Amino acid sequence: MGKAGGIYHAAALNDFFKEVSYLALFTGRFFREVLPPPYELRQFIRQSYLIAFRSFPLVGITGFIMGLVLTIQTQPILTQFGAEAWLPAMVSLSLIREIGPVITALICAGEVSSSMGAELGSMKVTEQIDAMQVSGTNPFKYLVVTRVLAATLMVPLLVIIGDAVGLCGSFVGVNLNGNISLHLFFSKAMGTLNFSDLLPAFVKTFFFGFAIGLVGCFKGYYSSKGTEGVGKAANSAVVIASLLVFIIDMIAVQITSLFFSQA
Amino acid sequence: MDSHQTPIVVEAEHLRKSFGDNHVLKDINLRLAKGENLAILGQSGTGKSVLIKCMVGLLFPDAGRLLVLGKDVADLDDRGLDEMRMKVGFLFQSGALYDSMTVRENLEFPIRRQMRSKSSAEISALVEESLENVGLSEAIDVMPVELSGGMRKRLGLARTLILKPEIMLYDEPTTGLDPITSRGISSLILEVQEKYNTTSIIVTHDLECTRIVANRVVMLEKGICVAEGTYEDLRQSNDPWVRSFFE
Repeated sequence: MGKAGGIYHAAALNDFFKEVSYLALFTGRFFREVLPPPYELRQFIRQSYLIAFRSFPLVGITGFIMGLVLTIQTQPILTQFGAEAWLPAMVSLSLIREIGPVITALICAGEVSSSMGAELGSMKVTEQIDAMQVSGTNPFKYLVVTRVLAATLMVPLLVIIGDAVGLCGSFVGVNLNGNISLHLFFSKAMGTLNFSDLLPAFVKTFFFGFAIGLVGCFKGYYSSKGTEGVGKAANSAVVIASLLVFIIDMIAVQITSLFFSQA
Repeated sequence: MDSHQTPIVVEAEHLRKSFGDNHVLKDINLRLAKGENLAILGQSGTGKSVLIKCMVGLLFPDAGRLLVLGKDVADLDDRGLDEMRMKVGFLFQSGALYDSMTVRENLEFPIRRQMRSKSSAEISALVEESLENVGLSEAIDVMPVELSGGMRKRLGLARTLILKPEIMLYDEPTTGLDPITSRGISSLILEVQEKYNTTSIIVTHDLECTRIVANRVVMLEKGICVAEGTYEDLRQSNDPWVRSFFE
């Protein structure tokens, strides 16, 4: 590697740490502004509706396919070991503990984070954010706080929907090669789940939602001027939000195994 | 206008503003008397827009003093800035209309936040009056994207005027418009000044607009005020650079 390559890598590293520090400041500002009034309730409800409405079809379809495919692929292996009866339990554990939350969060990262990045980026480019500021409205509170809160609350809801539809997909998968009643399937699927499966899986989805909303808003709010900047904001919002979903998931697994480790 | 007898509403002293190595405002000194229409002329990139953005607290000067309605902008906290912004309207070059809201919602937005005691009927009356003032009554329920460039500028002006500001800052109000619409906007600026007794700063490089609206003109060159006077004074200036601007 030549001198130019070294300089390039040093500059890239410098940019990375700058970005991380700006994101940390942005997060700090969110927590400073979230509690004091005024509260933009109408905007929060609107954003919650948009997030849920926009992502619901994709989350539903993906959840159904996940449950179906997981069941179809696992069934022959379990049959070989004579453990076919454990299929609903295995699928529900996989879906609810790991696959459901992560896949739903990744879909929301693509759907929600990118649209927040693009929307706020274009508002920045067309001076709408400045216009809000000069009209005496705090644009951070109106645009960022409402969106981040909406994502934090709506992603867990979408995960629950995704998990439920995924289990329905699994039920269909089981019935393609067998015959099991809906009641029996869900009794078996839910019977093996306990508190230590549900709570950590549910709690981490709030962090997924927070990260997705925060990154989308951060990239849009500080996007550079011009249409290229808007495109970059949307694109990098998806990449960073997806990466954060995996990092949060990794941390959540470590914490879960620390507090809920089975003897 | 004799600025010694009329109160000064904007005063800049040795104002400086840089973006990295780019020194945009180097030493700006100007005073604006109440009721005056001041045009700031200059080539693109000379710091005209930066100067008025400093006046409304969108940017902050690095050095010097900037008094708006008697208060130093740099010393104001968030609440102080919001109070000051109630009295200072800013018309953006692009109009900066909220494109996810209808025309009515665009106009209601500042009132619902700044005049919380107003009833829905009072807000509606204010919106209709503002649209009537700029001749856009028929467009009340359309989206901004459906409006032409001139209509967007007029709507931006209506939204700014709805809070009845004491000072109006216009950032390139006629840029991108055809000559007839430009003259219409220039006349509207004059009407606004007469009706609401506002003080205005108009950043532009449109000479026709300057001729119509300005009582006084300041010319910026590379972040410094290089000439000042009435439109006619500057048009007949002995300075070749100033005169070249008017040719």
